[in-house]
Amino acid sequence: MATVADTHGVEHEHGPAKGIMRWITTTNHKDIGTLYLCFAMAMFLVGGLMALIIRAELYQPGLQLVDPHFFNQMTTLHALIMVFGAVMPAFAGFANWMLPPMIGAPDMALPRMNNWSFWVLPFAATMLVITLFLDGGAVASGWTLYPPLVLQMGDSLPFTIFTVHLLGLSSIMASINIIVTIFNLRAPGMTMMKMPMFVWTWLITAFLLILVMPVLAGGVTMLLTDKYFDTSFFDAAGGGDPVLFQHIFWFFGHPEVYIIVLPAFGIISHVIPVFSRKPLFGKNSMVFATAVIGILSMIVWAHHQYTVGMPVPAELYFMYATMLIAVPTGVKVFNWLATMWKGSLTFETPMLHAMGFLVLFVFGGFTGIMMSQAPADLYYHDNYFIVAHFHYTLVGGGVWGIFAGFFFWLPKWTGRMYDERLGKLHFWLSFLGFNLLFMPQHFLGLAGMPRRIPDYAVQFTEFNQMSTVGAFIFGFSQLLLIYIAYKAIKGEGEKATDEVWEGAKSHGLEWNLPSPMPYHHSFEGVNIGKAIEDE
Amino acid sequence: MSTASGNYYLPHVARWPIVGSIGLFTMLGGFSLKLIGVGAGAFFMALGALIIIGMMFGWFGEVIREGLQGLYNDQVERSFRWGMIWFIASEVMFFACFFGSLLYIRMYVIPWLGGEGTTGVGEFTNMLWPDFAPEWPTNGPARIGGEFEPMGAWGIPALNTLILLSSGVTVTWAHWGLLKNNRPQFVKGLIATIALGFTFVLFQAYEYYHAYTEMGLTLGAGIYGSTFFMLTGFHGMHVTIGAIFLTVVLLRALRGHFDAEHHFAFEAAAWYWHFVDVVWLGLFIFVYWL
Ligand code: HEM
Ligand SMILES: [Cu+2]
Repeated sequence: MATVADTHGVEHEHGPAKGIMRWITTTNHKDIGTLYLCFAMAMFLVGGLMALIIRAELYQPGLQLVDPHFFNQMTTLHALIMVFGAVMPAFAGFANWMLPPMIGAPDMALPRMNNWSFWVLPFAATMLVITLFLDGGAVASGWTLYPPLVLQMGDSLPFTIFTVHLLGLSSIMASINIIVTIFNLRAPGMTMMKMPMFVWTWLITAFLLILVMPVLAGGVTMLLTDKYFDTSFFDAAGGGDPVLFQHIFWFFGHPEVYIIVLPAFGIISHVIPVFSRKPLFGKNSMVFATAVIGILSMIVWAHHQYTVGMPVPAELYFMYATMLIAVPTGVKVFNWLATMWKGSLTFETPMLHAMGFLVLFVFGGFTGIMMSQAPADLYYHDNYFIVAHFHYTLVGGGVWGIFAGFFFWLPKWTGRMYDERLGKLHFWLSFLGFNLLFMPQHFLGLAGMPRRIPDYAVQFTEFNQMSTVGAFIFGFSQLLLIYIAYKAIKGEGEKATDEVWEGAKSHGLEWNLPSPMPYHHSFEGVNIGKAIEDE
Repeated sequence: MSTASGNYYLPHVARWPIVGSIGLFTMLGGFSLKLIGVGAGAFFMALGALIIIGMMFGWFGEVIREGLQGLYNDQVERSFRWGMIWFIASEVMFFACFFGSLLYIRMYVIPWLGGEGTTGVGEFTNMLWPDFAPEWPTNGPARIGGEFEPMGAWGIPALNTLILLSSGVTVTWAHWGLLKNNRPQFVKGLIATIALGFTFVLFQAYEYYHAYTEMGLTLGAGIYGSTFFMLTGFHGMHVTIGAIFLTVVLLRALRGHFDAEHHFAFEAAAWYWHFVDVVWLGLFIFVYWL
């Protein structure tokens, strides 16, 4: 072995190159993971700023700060940026950092393409933000981009569509890389069923991405040709159907919500066992449940279209299929609870976030079951109830998973413990702020306040004010997160041990590596075979 | 500029991805500008396309050189294979989107527009266009795009089916040649495949010309024209890419690249070729024939 290594300069063996070119040309999974995470954080702030503009406008009835068209641009861009710019890249960053050490791989399987999947993103984000300054402003149709409304926008449409194409390209390349790494680069002894849950959930997520992103790409391409090349895909006069776009969008869109939440499931399945000091309960059933969720998520999309005028048999089918998802999801939740049962629990920040995840995600899951009933959904549809629901799942599920993973692995990445007091403060501010922000929206929705509208009837004022105050608390407490990360990266704080968390060594390969992990060759000097055996 | 971890080759520097991103940004931004009527758009589009082509030469060139140096062991090649397989899977889903749309429109939308269906859909759409008779092909109740003639299956399309099917045979024959280290057979098989591929594209171009000039069949001919050109157009584009891909493989073969053990690029091109072949069969059945 090592004939290749021998012939090359030693200077490349240890430590990264210097300067900005290190980041632009890197093929190192840790660097690329860092890039993804920094990008995600930046987008989280941009998308969050837009959300705060929306919430500020909604502080009082009437129109105060922004005009309705701009308000709708904000809801649209907020959602696109949060989904594609913040949450998905954050999970891709975690995958880059953690998959290779978890399965005993030297790096990602296709390192150059790994670089490209990240470096498409800043260009895509730029293209999206440019649209704010065009004639007619950014797309204001809502992130669902439904025709015919979206075809009546100004000059922003083609830019937005190509942004979606670029984002899709990035996701597909990242997914291919993840699948190939998992299939081909596992250390000897790391069988599929031994693979940690985060690896499993990302594998299923990557399959979902490869299956649905191209479909979205096709759908938005049809929007483009309908607007600029005379086609009639979504125009009934020409024999097309606007509802066709809704089917295409949600064929992508529903799996997309699992793309956001499955990696979070994976993270939680690592955090809870470590802080319960027990192995994960029912690991095999967890794998199975993840796969079933992945499959079911592909065949329930039209539960977003109950009110659009589908035939009744279709409504019934999508309703029952949707309710079925509660079963594998329930398996996961009960397994997490059973893992904690009689464990020696401690509640460091990652565990607090895992608990926050459980509470918020289960709550969002329950409102989901309420809306899965087609007849009941006629009343929930397109009002603040759904806004509350999907933020409980996307933020309470996705973002809380990110929080948990961030505090869980930060010491492994930087070699420093974060400041536990600040970590707990961040958790409580975020958790209370979040609930103050979204809990009242359930009641607003049930009382009839529609979404995507900048004005409302006066009786909704108090709940909206609570919500806005909560939004600012939640938003500004994220600055604390940045400060905590900054301190750890600067090397302040106590040095982390190799296993970081008490007893974590028996919970996975990654905790047998030094903290911080060496830049190359994470596994130098580590007996992978033995470490896998010991688990 | 590399390290081997075990024997798995890991490049340390990727210069081309950023060039690719700049190229994509320039090209798509230029295209957008063109669509919204900014004159410089076409220029940026062309510039972006050139950058992308340059990126491909650079990137693939680097990979080919590394391959020839013997840096890639079996495991690396396996990564490439898996990568190609999942890339093709994503392409399959891209076409599935258009096929699915076609089927949805033919099976549901057109009947509903004609007032069929007893479950609360048809009755309402029928109010707008009470005289619309559901039939296929159609350009919709408002007859968007005017009179047109649909494309029959048994002229050029049937011929094209034969062409693509035989090209699937020739590419396999080339593969056999390579496996036996019989280079003349390998090269001849490739040349035949590429020739058939470009013939297909020429026929397709002729068919489009005919459709636009004599049949009134355009992208604007209602839903029939939209689905027809979208599906066959994207397919034709993929055939062209596949044929170029095979041409690159041929040029490399003539330079003595590839042997019975190491020929990932050829295999990838062949898989891609079979994929466009299968898509064509779907097109022939659902777009031209039925
Ligand atoms: C900083 C925390 C957040 C706040 C304060 C917030 C607030 C809001 C507000 C006020 C709306 C507009 C509701 C309407 O008028 O219809 C909205 C919409 C939305 N948000 Fe958030 N959000 C936050 C985080 C997120 C995250 C992390 C995601 C995704 C992962 C997300 C996804 C969405 C989506 C998909 C919509 C729907 C947009 C549409 O109607 O087209 N949000 N959010
Ligand atoms: Cu859904």
